Amino acid sequence: MPSTQEIKQRIEAALPAATADVDDWTGGGDHFRAIVTSPVFAGLSRIEQHRLVMDVFAGEIGGAIHALSVKTQTP
Amino acid sequence: MPEQSTNPIRDALAEAIGANKVILFMKGTPEAPACGFSARTVAALQATGTPFAAVDILPDPRIRQELSTLSNWPTVPQLFVDGELVGGCDIVTEMYESGELTEVLGVEAPADAPDDAPPGPPPAGAPLGIENRLA
Repeated sequence: MPSTQEIKQRIEAALPAATADVDDWTGGGDHFRAIVTSPVFAGLSRIEQHRLVMDVFAGEIGGAIHALSVKTQTP
Repeated sequence: MPEQSTNPIRDALAEAIGANKVILFMKGTPEAPACGFSARTVAALQATGTPFAAVDILPDPRIRQELSTLSNWPTVPQLFVDGELVGGCDIVTEMYESGELTEVLGVEAPADAPDDAPPGPPPAGAPLGIENRLA
């Protein structure tokens, strides 16, 4: 079961100059909420921005990570 | 699993997405959503007053599988407008709050959009016929 810290680190490692704030949304360790800030989102549609974050966890969402709620923003 | 030359579920999904300007794939129905994320997405859509088609993905696990393959999006709900994936609960809610949702849907913005998507009354005729074709 991934921790909020692990999710934060993986997002920050995968996206350029990214910072991520990750919460365990329900306290159950499988519904996470991430607010991700990165210049890479500039000029992308929301769906493209969210895909960049979702792709970090390809195959895990719906599995070990039941749900990852994402909010993206540029610095 | 052997490769199939035809994939009726994927074909039906693609056809439904093409045939409906606004179509939501969700868990449950707009009247009885079976998941909080689906419920919030329905509420945001209903608050715009736009009629939309809704497909319950729960009756057959293959619908969910094929939908995610088709859209390259891992979770449900999924909202499509004009054949394009707009997003799931997070994106739809965020777009509703910012007023972008009404723009994408091509409807007038409500006079005063509240901060949270309120559960509006169910639309008069949300078409649910597709569900039967997919089941």
